Amino acid sequence: MSHAIDGHHDGELERRMSNETRFAVAPDTLPNACLAVVEHLNARLALMVGEDERASSGMFRLSYTFAVAQGQWLTLETLIDPAEPAFPSVTPLVPAAHWYEREVQDMFGLTAVGHPDPRRLVHHDDWPDGLHPLRKDFDPSLPVPRVDRPAETFHTLHGEGFVEIPVGPIHAGVIEPGHFRFAAVGEAVFDLQPRLFYTHRGIEKLAEGKTPAQVLQLAERVCGACSCSHGVSYSQAVETLAGIEVPPRAAAVRTLYLELERLYNHLGDLGNICAGVSFAAGASFGAQLKEAVQRLNERVAGNRFLHGVNQIGGVRRDPSASDLHDIAATTTHIATEFRSFIEMMLSSDTVLERLKTTGFLPAATARALGAVGVAARASGVDVDSRRDHPHAGYPALPMPTPVVVRSEGDVYARVLVRSDEILATLAMIRAVLDTLPDGPAAVSPGRVPGGRAAFAVSESPRGENIHFVRTAPDGTIERYRVRSASYPNWPAVAACVPGNMVPDFPVINKSFELCYACLDR
Amino acid sequence: MSVPLLLEPRTRDTTDALAARLSARIARLLRRSLHIRHLDAGSCNGCDWEIQTLLGPVYDIQRLGIDIVASPRHADMLLVTGSVTRNLERAARATYEAMPQPGLVVAVGACACGGGVLHGSYCTAGGVNNVLPVDVYIPGCPPRPHALLHGLLVALDRLDPRIAAANVTVDVPQP
Ligand code: SF4
Repeated sequence: MSHAIDGHHDGELERRMSNETRFAVAPDTLPNACLAVVEHLNARLALMVGEDERASSGMFRLSYTFAVAQGQWLTLETLIDPAEPAFPSVTPLVPAAHWYEREVQDMFGLTAVGHPDPRRLVHHDDWPDGLHPLRKDFDPSLPVPRVDRPAETFHTLHGEGFVEIPVGPIHAGVIEPGHFRFAAVGEAVFDLQPRLFYTHRGIEKLAEGKTPAQVLQLAERVCGACSCSHGVSYSQAVETLAGIEVPPRAAAVRTLYLELERLYNHLGDLGNICAGVSFAAGASFGAQLKEAVQRLNERVAGNRFLHGVNQIGGVRRDPSASDLHDIAATTTHIATEFRSFIEMMLSSDTVLERLKTTGFLPAATARALGAVGVAARASGVDVDSRRDHPHAGYPALPMPTPVVVRSEGDVYARVLVRSDEILATLAMIRAVLDTLPDGPAAVSPGRVPGGRAAFAVSESPRGENIHFVRTAPDGTIERYRVRSASYPNWPAVAACVPGNMVPDFPVINKSFELCYACLDR
Repeated sequence: MSVPLLLEPRTRDTTDALAARLSARIARLLRRSLHIRHLDAGSCNGCDWEIQTLLGPVYDIQRLGIDIVASPRHADMLLVTGSVTRNLERAARATYEAMPQPGLVVAVGACACGGGVLHGSYCTAGGVNNVLPVDVYIPGCPPRPHALLHGLLVALDRLDPRIAAANVTVDVPQP
């Protein structure tokens, strides 16, 4: 693999995970090295982590991790001297780096020199200059004053007929907070700028100094709607650090819960898309089926959102024989109902009219932004971490993960991907039930070793969720980074709205169904 | 097309009983309608999905005279989720200011009730009552839909003395 970046790196670093190759790179060569990886290895930027290591190595560390073929990761790491807290931006060559680098500017005070859009991302306008929460010398117990700084958040468009439509952060429906600025001429949107991170809760900082088991509670609450996936990603990262493998039954049960999570989300999403085009019967049908799965979740796992099902070393909720029977019976019933739901939805011309060609995301844009999940697959990008980075019980299933890819790139394609994935999910649930191994549902992780780093993925209903964990010498958490599927996908929403009408924004947004909470953390 | 029957008899009874009490109280206090503005003050979206569920076909709170309205100016009650993040505090205060008085504030979920797992974060207020006056706390992570219905019922009890104290007369013809 290293030939691709020959001449761009300063040597291979010691492995921290069996499926990752790491190279040291000087800051000056970083952008070209990243470009070489993307171009020669056809790789996708999947994660970028900043770390403050001034206490140990005296430096800041930036790690750019790429998904390269066959379940392999490649990471380029560079050290930044605190005396000169800046680095050459990778974004002009690899656009997918844009938000990661803006976040590192906000959280670590490292300037991305040459970044085409260096505005603040996480911090809003009244956050003081020079205060960076993920630096180790930031004291989270001190109040952070609100300052009167010039607003820098939006570009403005000028010209005859342009109107600016500000929407949010508090919306009319029951949805999460975000601010959207449309520049429109009549009904046609020319530009959309989102301002997000309203629900930024400082979860990564909060994790520092806590034990790995304590942080699992935070991981599950990054996002209510993909709680199980976040819990699996985080647990797997810690298990990798601890050098343990979960028992086969635990792996299979994780797959079961991950698929139940996908099922209730996808069903609810299809209902919400109906609501987005005012198709009330479909909206109700979707909501009913979602409720049926959430009730199943509660009966089997004790929580409608599958909170608390994971533990480090396995699962806390090992389904009993009657639970398994309940899952089989309920999902069989849902399969029948779902067929009538989707048939009703897709036989309505007024619905199809609104879905087709709306919110078109070109494959090239999806690739450039590193999009994942349903959004990417509906635009012809063949990614699914269940297949690409095998985890939980997926490798042990008797069937390969059916990856649904479509080329249309519009709302309609995102509907069809979800609908086919629901059928695949029902088949996978059945396969887990048929092959569920006996045995323990968890092992003790023992003492999690200090001074190590690892990351792990799982495929949530929205796509790949990556959790990065580094432990301090005493085994507590030193650095925690959550890169949810919504992180690379949000910019794709903004990119695909211009060219549509303002009233189509809700259905476009619902067709991506991204989390604000997952993104903002 | 068949529609799945979702409510087992036990939950159906509880839901119906709660619903009957709620709608009777709403009829008496508010002349048949309770208008709610939802305010996500930095939640993980779990609590909000449960509020959304109340509007869906299974619980269908609109049949009881309850609705989520688009503007706080039309609301009798704020249903607040999340521990109030720094980036939402101003919007939360503005939403409260826009609600006509006497109005109710209900904190939904562990985060809203007292900060929840986010206790000690540099960018959350540690619970709604550190920012707005809270009338009723509904615990849970997230609270189940039944708990939300029960919480609404408790909250309405707070309205009686408030209406008396504010000396408002509601000039609406009786049904
Ligand atoms: S109480 Fe639980 S479900 Fe509600 S916002 Fe907080 S973490 Fe999410």
